[in-house]
Amino acid sequence: MTRGALNQSRTDAVGAPSATVGLVGACAAQVRRELAVARRRGGEWLNPLIFLALVTMLFPLGISPQPDLLATIAPGLLWVAALLAMLLSLDALFRSDHADGSLEQMMLAPQPLAALCLAKVAVHWLLTGVPLALFAPLLGVMLSLPTAGSLTLIASLLLGSATLSLIGAIGAALTVGLPRGGVLLSLLILPLYIPVLIFGAGAVQAAVQGGFAGPALALLGAMLALALVGAPFAIAGALRISIHG
Amino acid sequence: MWTFIHKLGSPKWCYSLCGRLQPGFWIAALLLIAVGSVWSLAYSPPDYQMGNSYRIIYVHVPSAILAQSVFVSMAIASAVFLIWKIKIADMAATVMAPFGAAMTFLGLFSGSLWGVPTWGTWWTWDARLTAMLIQLFLYIGVIALRGAYGRNDQGAKAVAVLTLVGVVNIPIIKYSVVWWNTLHQPATFTLTSRPAMPESMWMPLLIMVLGFYCFFTALTLYRLRNEIIRRESRTRWVQALAE
Repeated sequence: MTRGALNQSRTDAVGAPSATVGLVGACAAQVRRELAVARRRGGEWLNPLIFLALVTMLFPLGISPQPDLLATIAPGLLWVAALLAMLLSLDALFRSDHADGSLEQMMLAPQPLAALCLAKVAVHWLLTGVPLALFAPLLGVMLSLPTAGSLTLIASLLLGSATLSLIGAIGAALTVGLPRGGVLLSLLILPLYIPVLIFGAGAVQAAVQGGFAGPALALLGAMLALALVGAPFAIAGALRISIHG
Repeated sequence: MWTFIHKLGSPKWCYSLCGRLQPGFWIAALLLIAVGSVWSLAYSPPDYQMGNSYRIIYVHVPSAILAQSVFVSMAIASAVFLIWKIKIADMAATVMAPFGAAMTFLGLFSGSLWGVPTWGTWWTWDARLTAMLIQLFLYIGVIALRGAYGRNDQGAKAVAVLTLVGVVNIPIIKYSVVWWNTLHQPATFTLTSRPAMPESMWMPLLIMVLGFYCFFTALTLYRLRNEIIRRESRTRWVQALAE
């Protein structure tokens, strides 16, 4: 992706004078731009899926290919692998925008930065969390996860990965100015991911054992609601710090 | 009152205030910890179920309480720093973090030693223990982020944001023994009711907790003075101090 193409996409998306663009219009433009950038990058959205498949493949080889054992550990294993795939994709969330100056343009925009960040994170979730959620049941079959758990796996990953995107974006925003933020990002973010992992894997476990996954899913939804309210402001604050100091 | 708070923002004035407060806190910490240790180890009665092994509580509970209090103090200091841009607040948060991490580790370590005679295991994935382990990693994350940025204003703000985000874990630790049915026993001290143990047991514990708080305050004042000197080393009053 060249600088020229990116500038082009910016003009396409946010061509109108920004003073006349409302909040919804600006967010829609941000979403369109993110999607355009993602489309021009080609198959990059496939990388988390390939990562998920590779990590999942390691466990039967490393532990034991026995179906009984695999079925027991499958909910947690798929959730951990999906969480790590999300984490890996987060390092690049703001990095290229920081490098080419788009992030500064976002800050200069008259619309609140938090709203634009929310639009950006939403696209990240759409291109990472949603494919992971839809792809995970397929790997579940390979791990002989009982089919009773498949729908819950999709639902829990859809809800949970949105929270992971929001929390992770705070860490990505905090480390965007650092040359090697990758390892640090996992140190900052993984402790905060644990509650999501507990209830996400718990929901699937409950569904597999014939229980009721509702409470765990409700808690995942509650965490998402909380993150939706708080995280955009933390992301915007962290970005301001990373850019302006 | 307001002039006092405003003066607190001045590194020079804060430096001398820390120097004046420090001896009192050191003496109080020393006395309280000495009295508490002797009382708890020699004079308080053994537990009817756990025998003498329960005495680990006199290190375990104070360090676990401090582990949480220090993080809350750091979060308050971070909020003050972000809102009013008072540099002293950031310096205080900087010097508190390693102590908090040490206390968290001590709480986990003493708890795991205590777990062997009472629970029959070093470690269990209980809600309280796991939340405490997360707390340790949050401390390490705060220290690592500060290390990655070095001593500059940008890093200070980034760490402040991370500390404020990380403070969500504190209520999880606090209420983990209430929300989940865990192996870990409920809180020893509450504000609303008397402790479930006899006075000869909880009095030395209370003294130890207060002693740990005084030690924390004294150490923070001491390290804050060092931090002020280090960060303000270019100013005239520090250079005059060195001569």
